[in-house]
Amino acid sequence: VTDSFSCLTRMRKVSVLLFLAWVCFLFYAGITLFTSGFLLTRLELTNYSSCQEPPGPVFLPWGSQGKPGACWMPSRFSRVVLTLIDALRFDFAQPQHSHMPGEPPASLPFLGKLGSLQRLLETRPHHTRLYRSKVDPPTTTMQRLKALTTGSLPTFIDAGSNFASHAILEDNLIKQLNSAGRRIVFMGDDTWKDLFPGAFSKAFFFSSFNVKDLHTVDSGILEHLYPTMDSGEWDVLIAHFLGVDHCGHKHGPHHPEMAKKLSQMDQVIQGLVEHLENDTLLVVAGDHGMTMNGDHGGDSELEVSAALFLYSPTALFPGAPPEEPEVIPQVSLVPTLALLLGLPIPFGNIGEVMAEVFSGGKDSSALAQASALHLNAQQVSRFLHTYAAATQDLEVKELHRLQNLFSKASADYQRLLQSPPGTEAALQTVITELQQFLRGARAMCIESWARFSLVRMAGGAALLAATCFLCLLASQWAASPAFPFHSLLLTPVVWAIVGASLYAGLLTMTRLQVELVVLEAAAAVGSLLPFLWKAWGSWRSKRPLAALLPIPKPVLLLLLIRLATFFSDSFVVAEARATPFLLGSFILLLVVQLHWEGQLLAPKLLTVPRLGSSTPTGPPRHSGAYALRLGIGLLLCTRLAGLFHRCPEETPACHSSPWLSPLASMVGGPAKNLWYGACVGALVALLVAVRLWLRHYGNLKSPEPPVLFVRWGLPLMVLGTAAYWALVSGADEAPPRLRALVAGASVVLPRAVVGLAAAGLMLLLWKPVTVLVKAGAGTPRTRTILTPFSGPPTSQADLDYVVPQIYRHMQEEFRGRLERTRSQGPLTVAACQLGSVYSAAVVTVLTLLAFPLLLLHVERISLAFLLLFLQSFLLLHLLAAGMPITTPGPFTVPWQAVSAWALMATQTFYSTGHQPVFPAIHWHAAFVGFPEGHGSSTWLPALLVGANTFASHLLFAVGCPLLLLWPFLCESQRPRKRRQPPGSEAEARVWPEEEEEEEEPLMEMRLRDAPHHFNAALLQLGLKYLFVLGVQILACALAASILRRHLMVWKVFAPKFIFEAIGFIVSSVGLLLGIALVMRVDGAVSSWFKKLVLAQQR
Amino acid sequence: MKETDIKTLLYAHFLCIFSVILSVLIPSFFVENFSVLDTHLTWLCVCSLFVTAINLVLYLVSKPNASSKRSSLSHKVTRFLKCCIYFLVSCFIFHVIFVLYGAPLIELVLETFLFAVILSTFTTVPCLCLLGPNLKAWLRVFSKNGVTSIWENSLQITTISSFLGAWLGAFPIPLDWERPWQVWPISCTLGATFGYVAGLVISPLWIYWNRKQLTYKNN
Ligand SMILES: [Zn+2]
Ligand SMILES: [Zn+2]
Repeated sequence: VTDSFSCLTRMRKVSVLLFLAWVCFLFYAGITLFTSGFLLTRLELTNYSSCQEPPGPVFLPWGSQGKPGACWMPSRFSRVVLTLIDALRFDFAQPQHSHMPGEPPASLPFLGKLGSLQRLLETRPHHTRLYRSKVDPPTTTMQRLKALTTGSLPTFIDAGSNFASHAILEDNLIKQLNSAGRRIVFMGDDTWKDLFPGAFSKAFFFSSFNVKDLHTVDSGILEHLYPTMDSGEWDVLIAHFLGVDHCGHKHGPHHPEMAKKLSQMDQVIQGLVEHLENDTLLVVAGDHGMTMNGDHGGDSELEVSAALFLYSPTALFPGAPPEEPEVIPQVSLVPTLALLLGLPIPFGNIGEVMAEVFSGGKDSSALAQASALHLNAQQVSRFLHTYAAATQDLEVKELHRLQNLFSKASADYQRLLQSPPGTEAALQTVITELQQFLRGARAMCIESWARFSLVRMAGGAALLAATCFLCLLASQWAASPAFPFHSLLLTPVVWAIVGASLYAGLLTMTRLQVELVVLEAAAAVGSLLPFLWKAWGSWRSKRPLAALLPIPKPVLLLLLIRLATFFSDSFVVAEARATPFLLGSFILLLVVQLHWEGQLLAPKLLTVPRLGSSTPTGPPRHSGAYALRLGIGLLLCTRLAGLFHRCPEETPACHSSPWLSPLASMVGGPAKNLWYGACVGALVALLVAVRLWLRHYGNLKSPEPPVLFVRWGLPLMVLGTAAYWALVSGADEAPPRLRALVAGASVVLPRAVVGLAAAGLMLLLWKPVTVLVKAGAGTPRTRTILTPFSGPPTSQADLDYVVPQIYRHMQEEFRGRLERTRSQGPLTVAACQLGSVYSAAVVTVLTLLAFPLLLLHVERISLAFLLLFLQSFLLLHLLAAGMPITTPGPFTVPWQAVSAWALMATQTFYSTGHQPVFPAIHWHAAFVGFPEGHGSSTWLPALLVGANTFASHLLFAVGCPLLLLWPFLCESQRPRKRRQPPGSEAEARVWPEEEEEEEEPLMEMRLRDAPHHFNAALLQLGLKYLFVLGVQILACALAASILRRHLMVWKVFAPKFIFEAIGFIVSSVGLLLGIALVMRVDGAVSSWFKKLVLAQQR
Repeated sequence: MKETDIKTLLYAHFLCIFSVILSVLIPSFFVENFSVLDTHLTWLCVCSLFVTAINLVLYLVSKPNASSKRSSLSHKVTRFLKCCIYFLVSCFIFHVIFVLYGAPLIELVLETFLFAVILSTFTTVPCLCLLGPNLKAWLRVFSKNGVTSIWENSLQITTISSFLGAWLGAFPIPLDWERPWQVWPISCTLGATFGYVAGLVISPLWIYWNRKQLTYKNN
């Protein structure tokens, strides 16, 4: 029977979901608008340098233009071997000398392994140089390759796009080589294939994605390297080795494997030097460094110092190398190589030539240096001119100053060329001036490509703030009975469309380009403003303004403290320790508040003994020890979860938990087995706990498919996970003939677990009500209960009225049977499990989600996951102890519950071994189930890594409805607790004892009693959670924009904002899913009742 | 409630503040290179001793529980021993709570414990002096409508402000200012001390201002 009323309730549910989705959209619009103004962007110019067009008037001293093969400058070398060793940190290559006779040599595995460099430096000082090259962050390989070929400064926004490479559009060395007709042979990292499609005359690409694989790329290169060199069919040979980088990611630099890898690289260099001919230059460079843990991406000292080594069989340098290698910017290599090879410098280069290299040759060395620098300066000046004409990025004043500097230096240089050679001092001044100009230009570019669009940032922040305010307002409003559900749905959407179309129309009239971000923001503002206006008006007319801040003061204080910590880099870095502290404070606050309000202790303890006349309000619902135990348990769990702490790079004194490394990295033995046992034990404990919980509320009785899945599918998932861990942690020890089997199983097992979880979710969504209808239609109708109507229920109102009656009737019936046959106690379960039908579904979904997410983490995180479940269970109980049930409604979820929940989500993010910085991302998650990598697919690895990183956000957001449901669930325990004598008799049967109560606890069916209030409560819960998350992202955005000139902005605030923003998106999606799940269960319960009523009528 | 009561309370609190100030000044005559930061542990012990002593003296002088029955010497001795045990237990409980809040478990045990001692001195000792080793009375005083005299009211305020001070003292620890007082547990002990002193100052004033509204059930 579907009629207009049931349609109406469904509409109401849909409108709640749509309203929440709209609020999420507002937040997203604010976030994207802010991001578009905050994250750096740089205009990529598509101008190209060419031989025919020198960057300025030519003043080469010797008329060398006419020489064959000469472009801007005559070439010094006809061929180059460029050997890139990924992540070759400077100290890997640093010579280890000046040992005291008695002193033992340094024993770190990465020190002094490149002996051939040292030998060359000592024996052939005029042929060799080692530099410490300063890398610009972000130190990710693709950004570095872009910089190493274009000479420019890839911006921060590229840092995230490591998965999706794109061809370089800017002018670069490879393009110049191609246009000069040089043959380039490439071998190594296949990132180059995406960056320079079709640029190589011959190429051997090897996949770079599998960071676990140390040898494939390097062996592949070595197979082709020397044959290619000897064949002579090349002008430029590029070899990009990945072994060192992968070894860093897999083992860290302190592992013996690193020594082996570096020794192998040493042999490679040795071999190259032997195969080198006289017209060839050898360059050995690292694209970036690595941290103590072997990661990279940030801007710590270890990451930004890479090695750069030059060797020429003919003498190149005027003097011996300095004691301490010179520090140069990494991009200096680009103009230097270009001029040495007789190519034009790439158009967008902002690097400065290494003057030292140009000092050889027959002429005065200073003059040669000056001419190279002058060409370089002309090119940079031309670039600045073009760039400034295209955008307004660059600061006009500084640009002007630099132009003056350049004109002066250029004039001085011209004057010198007229005068007789030999005026060394004057040459030196010109060189200094040119270098000043080049360095100034570089500094200005770095400065201005870190410039922000303040308008957009302010707009985004304002939009976020307005949406937060909307959440606050609407969550208050939703509690009132006159909450207009239907107008909520339509008005904002209509206004959004109006706003967007108005904006689009305006732009098409003015013929400007429509930008998606701004369009989105316009739609958001267009829909937000009328709503706020309306809400504000109708709200103000009813209530005083003081009630606008409904958050209780202590909670507000803690919330404010949490928001304030986002503005301090120290606190953002230390958030992993600060969050448990705040959470602990929250927990104690809850306990103390319970005590303060007299809900914790028996009243006789609190009255003044001498008088005894006063009576505190109401009896306490719990024994004092109960809440105290919960509090202490929570504190203990929080502290234990802190053991899985990963240190940020900024605190060198801190040591990351050793438990965050995979079991495979442990050297075998009993410890490894013990750990494995503990991990599997945690899995089993989690499973048993969930099953016990479900059984306690009687949700494991029926033969419905979801129940069967919980009984059999979950253990299978545990088994699969355990087997997968066994394979992964022992893969290296497996005998060779089993290798293929192990490899196959490590592909199949994770996918099987995920498949099982998906199947379970499907089953649950298909049949969420798992009620055992043993006592269904066949029971004799001794008492007539359906008094108000005869015939089938005609309207939703009837159904709403009759449902609790049926429910009570069923209970009465069971009780009647029970009195007859006491032994059949568990039969009541059929009725009781309806009381937990919502939370059982949510808990099952959480468990089903937790297993695949756990699979993406390293094994020992399973203990942290166990703690997570335990902690949230305890917290829910503690919160429920302080939440009164208002029987007919309206139901509310207090602010402290929502804030504590959000805080715990943050704490879990850290206690599962994450940090909000890019180098700390667990990239290995992309290989779970895909040990061979993903080929060209990018969305799947991104999804896997994202699921790993934001697992806690997802779990807590989906579990959010539990905050509303739990107090009702705890209702069943309350009477028992009160009646129990202090001696606590042994409780053999739980349910029969409860039968003696006058009225059964209705538990979650109370929510069904008042569907209007139920929907309003869900809406309110969603809005409150979104508000707490929203103010966090707002605080992050404000911190990032206010502190945008802060030293730490790219290191701390920007990554924090990005992580927080993605976390918000994941959380909001999870929240919508969780609420939708509860609504789906609600719908299923409705149809279940309908069926029951129909069956009774028959 | 009389004005004289408040005056007595004020004088008693001045004595307590005085004892804290003395604990900073006096040891420098006896110990070389004494300063609150450098020889922090010594200061903690001295401060704890002084505050306890003043509390005991106040207790003996004013005898808040004198109205109750005359007790024998043995009763007094057991009562005193009980107080000592209560004090020690409260120290251990505080220590455990600090560790649960994130204090290091193995390193700096002495420092953490002395912090627990000083916090107990500021909170447990006045409770013991005023209420005796009677847990029920303590729980009553720290609940919504449980206070029965201005003494208990001031006890409530000073205790809460000591806890708050210690809690706030944890906040500067992660900051990168690299000051000597940011080291665990110095900022927390200092915070607790400031909180205690602030509570001593605030409570008479607060009671004075709210004397019209305050009506105690047994007065
Ligand atoms: Zn790299
Ligand atoms: Zn790498």
